[in-house]
Amino acid sequence: MEILVCVKRVPDTAENEFELNSAGNDLDRDDLVYSVNEWDNYAVEEAIQIVDNVGGSVTVATVGDDESEEVLRREMAMGANNGVLLSDDAFEGSDGKGIAAILKAEIEKGKYDLILTGAQADEGAGQVGGMLAAMLDYPYASLVNKIEVVNDTTIKVGREIEGGNQEMNEIQLPCVLSIQTGINEPRYVGIRGIRKVASVDVPVKKASDLGIDSATVGEAGARTRRVDYFAPDLGDGAEMLEGSTDEIIEKLIEKLKAKGGL
Amino acid sequence: MSSIIGPASYQFFGIFPAAILSFILPVVGVGLFAYIMARRLAPLVRAAPDYRLDRIGQRILRLITIWLGQVKQPRYMLAGVLHIFIFAGFLILSIRSVSLVMIGFSDGFVMPGFGGWLGSVYDFLKDYAATFVLIACIVAGIRRGIFKPARYAVPEKYGKDHTAEAVFVLGIIGTLMISESLFEASELAFAYQQTGEWHFVAPLSLVWIFTHILNGASLNFLQGLHIFSYFLHDVTFFFFLCFLPLGKHFHVITSIFNVFFMRLDKGRIKPVRHGVSEAQLDDLESFGVKKLEDFTWKHMLDFYSCADCGRCSDQCPANAVGRPLSPRFISIKARDLMFKNYPLSGEIYKSKMLVEDIYTEDEIWSCTTCGACEEECPLAIEYIDKMVDLRRGMVDEGLVPQSLQKPLKALEKRGNPYGKMEKKRADWAMEKEFKAEYPVKDLTRESADTLYFVDSTTSYDDNIQEIARCTAMILHRAGVDFGILGKDEKDSGNEVLRFGEEMLYQDLKEQNTEAILATGVRQIVTADPHAYNALKNDYTGLPPVRHISQVVAEKVTGGALSLKSCLHPEKVYVYHDPCYLGRHNGIYEDPRQALDAIDGLTRVELEKSRDRSFCCGGGGLMLFYEPEEDTRMGVLRVNMAAEAGANVIVTACPFCLVNIQDAIKVAGKEGEMEALDFTELIARHLA
Repeated sequence: MEILVCVKRVPDTAENEFELNSAGNDLDRDDLVYSVNEWDNYAVEEAIQIVDNVGGSVTVATVGDDESEEVLRREMAMGANNGVLLSDDAFEGSDGKGIAAILKAEIEKGKYDLILTGAQADEGAGQVGGMLAAMLDYPYASLVNKIEVVNDTTIKVGREIEGGNQEMNEIQLPCVLSIQTGINEPRYVGIRGIRKVASVDVPVKKASDLGIDSATVGEAGARTRRVDYFAPDLGDGAEMLEGSTDEIIEKLIEKLKAKGGL
Repeated sequence: MSSIIGPASYQFFGIFPAAILSFILPVVGVGLFAYIMARRLAPLVRAAPDYRLDRIGQRILRLITIWLGQVKQPRYMLAGVLHIFIFAGFLILSIRSVSLVMIGFSDGFVMPGFGGWLGSVYDFLKDYAATFVLIACIVAGIRRGIFKPARYAVPEKYGKDHTAEAVFVLGIIGTLMISESLFEASELAFAYQQTGEWHFVAPLSLVWIFTHILNGASLNFLQGLHIFSYFLHDVTFFFFLCFLPLGKHFHVITSIFNVFFMRLDKGRIKPVRHGVSEAQLDDLESFGVKKLEDFTWKHMLDFYSCADCGRCSDQCPANAVGRPLSPRFISIKARDLMFKNYPLSGEIYKSKMLVEDIYTEDEIWSCTTCGACEEECPLAIEYIDKMVDLRRGMVDEGLVPQSLQKPLKALEKRGNPYGKMEKKRADWAMEKEFKAEYPVKDLTRESADTLYFVDSTTSYDDNIQEIARCTAMILHRAGVDFGILGKDEKDSGNEVLRFGEEMLYQDLKEQNTEAILATGVRQIVTADPHAYNALKNDYTGLPPVRHISQVVAEKVTGGALSLKSCLHPEKVYVYHDPCYLGRHNGIYEDPRQALDAIDGLTRVELEKSRDRSFCCGGGGLMLFYEPEEDTRMGVLRVNMAAEAGANVIVTACPFCLVNIQDAIKVAGKEGEMEALDFTELIARHLA
């Protein structure tokens, strides 16, 4: 099975303290540590496990700049067979639809049975997977927490639903899936693993290589635009009810009734 | 008949010379033994290299103390004394054993040099030797077979009980003693009856007792007994010789080699592969131990040498809290795998990955590297290097528990396992009031004589930052010109190395070494024993490293620091030896000396103290690992302190402080027990 996993380089939520920059319209990105988006990492691990079982290869692709290559290499150190960097000045400032369009162009250059994306990204909107499927006219399943290969043309995918129950669906290949964290336990990638793939070739493709019209992507082609980035004002805080347990229960019921909760 | 006929001249049924049997038995016995030994050596030939021929003088010294002197044995008094008797007996009787074989085809054979007075003295000694070996075997047999001490028990998951093997061998040794004594006694009794000559025999020895018992026996009986006991001894002896390499008594043969080749340095981890320098590491196909043959030949020899005594597991803190690790079974399972894969006859089986075969991943991650097992083992078997090698193998395969992946990634990106920003590493020194009274130099901008290496936990953990401030206070008052690296300091990497992430450790080591050497300091001081251990033993090319307790002891003795009287004379203090200060680096007295310099401080000792200290649970990455256990090591330790009558536990390690503080809450002893760091106690008592 030929699998392509879309990965994104994001600021690491664990190893950063996020503050707004002095202009107040974005994060202060000076001291940030970046790594691969956690959901995407789970997706790559899943792809590698599928290929270990049924054969094939895993390709990782990202839309980004030179620094994004480190993320591709890390996933290749994990076990992905190929990496491709989609980089062009024209891609900068793309909205979700733009990113999806760029990825679509790359995917159409190959012959992939399965496309995986992370369900969402830190700093993302959880939209690329769905848009990509629509553009490719492929079936799409989101928030997948289990994949079972049935045969060359069909797979079963699972999703957790209300009450902790599990739902299984059958879907035809080729398709796009967005992967939920917890689908597996990603293997560890250390410095040694990354060094081993340091000299592997990672092709870089520009807009012209992909046959994309620059006007449809990047800031120029963006149909949504971020206008503001702020920390919301602090509210008054919680209201603490005082008194004995019975008194508190009475007050609580009163308040819930008054606000329409009961 | 004039005198008893020895086996060399005897003829079975009057025609068949017994000497033929005396000749065949040793030839077959030794031949079979040689074959078995060759098969046993096979896996060692395929093993990884290990350089163990350095510092011959030190090795001989260890041989004399640990092997010959059996110094580790009395740590378990009853079993130890029994073993010392059996071991000494074996050594003494070795000459007699050889003589006996020769007597089989050379009547009246006497070892060259043992003809005159030496022979008589030897005979005297050997008679007692055989006696006390038999007594020891009987006591040991009763102890193993009937009383069944707990440390020999085999948990169900590891298979059948081993008592039968133990008692069987004691039976064999007993048979050897009895048959040898009967052989001699029958001859003496015969001679006495014949000639009236009473040959002097060691009084109350086994031979003496048998001779007296046999006094009334007929000459025919004595003759028969003489030959019978000879061949009983001969057959048993060669059977035993060939049986030794088949089980835990292999140690009888391998112990001298195992101790000679033992690890000489504590606190240091073996290189990934001997003979491969750090620069060449990138070229290695595979890191660590994944299959049996990846172990070094010395580690394989360790597996063969394990006497299954269980002392290691008895002392192992992970074992005590119910984690899946038992060091004894690390050795026994590997030994059994070697026996299985390299059988005495038949083809050699291909080894599978160890963590899919005989070990579980959790078993290997459970080890805190405290070193209690190695300290206890009378055969000088090593464990820490093996655990690290196994972990290197797992890391290479990506098999790292999820709970450890985050801190490892944080160490890679931010140089500390918490993922906190580098520029906040020196924030502990920025507290306004503290800064005014005790300014701390930044060695990237100024210079000083001494570097205070703080390390990650002390720098970033809110509770533990107090240790850093107290250490700074102490250094100030003692007149030490010091500074810190601040944001240029990275985690010392002591745990990173021991958790098998070799390249990350190399990375941290490189960065730290560069930063330290750039400051030009003359010496390094740290309050963190893990950092102390790494900088002193694993890093190279650094100025001398000392722990704060050593500095305090020196300054107090020298007069540069004076301490007030105890602020709480009503409290009972107990000092807990941190593994990396005590066992791994031998610093036991300095902290005690410093504490005792506080007038009026009541200090008690824990039963398990100094090199028998009980690990608090471990530091560094071990703080992040989530093991499956019945209780926590810290809780057991807090209970030990309570039993010793203490209400304050003083420790000299930030990780010990974290674990013990936590454990006090978990054990529900808040209000009854406190935990303090050594530096905090000293700082409060600075005059």
